[in-house]
Amino acid sequence: MLLSGKAHVFGDDINTDYIISGKYKFKTLDLAELARHVMEDLDPDFYRKITAGDFIVAGRNFGCGSSREQAPLAIKHAGISAVVAGSFARIFYRNAINTGLPVVECDTRAIEPGDELEVDLGAGILRNRTRGVEVGITPLPAVMLKILNDGGLAAHFRKHGGFSLD
Amino acid sequence: MGRSIIEKILSRKSGQEVQAGDIVVAKVDFAMGQDGTSPLAIQAFRAMGGEALFDPEKVALVIDHSAPSPSEGVSNLHKLMREFARETGCHLYDVGDGVCHQLMLESGAVGPGSLVVGADSHTCTYGALNAFATGVGSTDLAAALISGRMWFKVPPTLKFVCHGILPPGVYSKDLILFLIGQVTADGATYRSVEFGGEAIRALSMEARFTVSNMAVEMGAKAGLMEADERTAEWMAQYSRHTFEPVVPDPDAVYEQVLEFDVSRLEPQIARPHRVDNVAPLGEVAGLPVDEAVLGTCTNGRLEDLRIAAALVRGYRVSPNVRFIVAPASRSVYLQALRDGSLETLVQAGAAVVTPGCGPCVGTHNGVPADGERVISSANRNFKGRMGNSKAEIYLASPAAVAAAALTGEITDPREFLK
Ligand code: SF4
Repeated sequence: MLLSGKAHVFGDDINTDYIISGKYKFKTLDLAELARHVMEDLDPDFYRKITAGDFIVAGRNFGCGSSREQAPLAIKHAGISAVVAGSFARIFYRNAINTGLPVVECDTRAIEPGDELEVDLGAGILRNRTRGVEVGITPLPAVMLKILNDGGLAAHFRKHGGFSLD
Repeated sequence: MGRSIIEKILSRKSGQEVQAGDIVVAKVDFAMGQDGTSPLAIQAFRAMGGEALFDPEKVALVIDHSAPSPSEGVSNLHKLMREFARETGCHLYDVGDGVCHQLMLESGAVGPGSLVVGADSHTCTYGALNAFATGVGSTDLAAALISGRMWFKVPPTLKFVCHGILPPGVYSKDLILFLIGQVTADGATYRSVEFGGEAIRALSMEARFTVSNMAVEMGAKAGLMEADERTAEWMAQYSRHTFEPVVPDPDAVYEQVLEFDVSRLEPQIARPHRVDNVAPLGEVAGLPVDEAVLGTCTNGRLEDLRIAAALVRGYRVSPNVRFIVAPASRSVYLQALRDGSLETLVQAGAAVVTPGCGPCVGTHNGVPADGERVISSANRNFKGRMGNSKAEIYLASPAAVAAAALTGEITDPREFLK
């Protein structure tokens, strides 16, 4: 999987309430509607700044807080191709893979807003084309890679009729 | 090599001897979803080709986050849950029954040694019953509903040993806020936590639930305690099933053991907008508040209502404060009605809302205005959490919430206990 786009940079501890506020997630299953409110409390115009394929880049503990799967879904449906962060909260990380949103764990400190990035999930490399540097990505556990490659957990279940993780 | 509680539960439930780092597929004893997560889980269940539940007796859906419904969108999602429950035969807890986690604790279905998944991050609450209970997303829940199984990476364990006895006016909420402040919001990410020591053993079951409830606020996958006679009493009161408690091996391998003497702990408070932005409450005493919230899965239990009632008895809530009380469950509500706690609170000026999540997550029941300050007994103070990103949320014990409701400002509750 080769992904490319520009970076939208956020800080540490971006919680799921920031990603998609509780006041929206309870109302609807309409993902296009949820996507319009992604990161709204941090940047009211964020949704309009996204070009399909762009990345959300953040520091430590991205996705902490609630278990709402609307968080990775809203990000994915807003056109973001992957979240790149120093580290992720556990439930968000699982939910992202389960819903088919790639999550990339690596050192993000040198990435600036607007940098053109390229992520090669197979090779485990993030290239910052604006700055001409490459960083290694923490590889996904094999189980998760399998689920992601199947297109998420629902697709994995359909394909194998249950968990098939060996 | 000795094993921790989570290694032992996951060994038992996967039928093999496992240790931290292993990946296992384990049997689930109970699966739960609430109204913010179940609709997506139902959708995923169908997308996976699900037809029947692995065991309808072991599945519960709970309508608690926006209950009663504040809008037609929510009403339609609630309807979807009711129809799914009718179709599949699982348990459904409807409007007025209470917060999902309190209901699971009272259900008798969850006990020592159980493995529970819940599509809500505070599922870790049941760790206080010696159960490995953890929050998952809707798709993971759907997979569990179909297969009765879930895959896990066995996490390493961080152990907290709390020495000493909490002083009067200092509660388990203060203790867990203090610990989160010490290790920060991601201090236990990808890890299981065990809470032990004299201070934990001395807590009531209800007070222990508050501690395990907030394990996820340090990033933990589980917040486990050992079972003792108090656990047994709780189970005897609520359950007809038998459970097999899990004791960590004496030579269990811990990633880290952190020891604290809490015998001189002061009341604590988490300041906006992070749960780990913790300070002794005295440092912010005197800040005016507009709303005080008592309730939630963290601190809406009978003991919490009693503590607050004892504190406000004979006083009036400040005219500048809305004091909102949400009992954690119907059973808590009834008990607090019978013992007079609710009468005392209402007489003092509290507004009691439906058992459930109340204003915790910003859907209804007390959304603050721009620039307002809230003190709450809940577990999260993120910007916008209560539905308005221009409000501030402070987290503290039920006693501190009640004290602030009376004075109209953040107040050391010990001033009312003299
Ligand atoms: S009371 Fe608050 S934290 Fe607890 S389950 Fe409800 S919304 Fe979540």
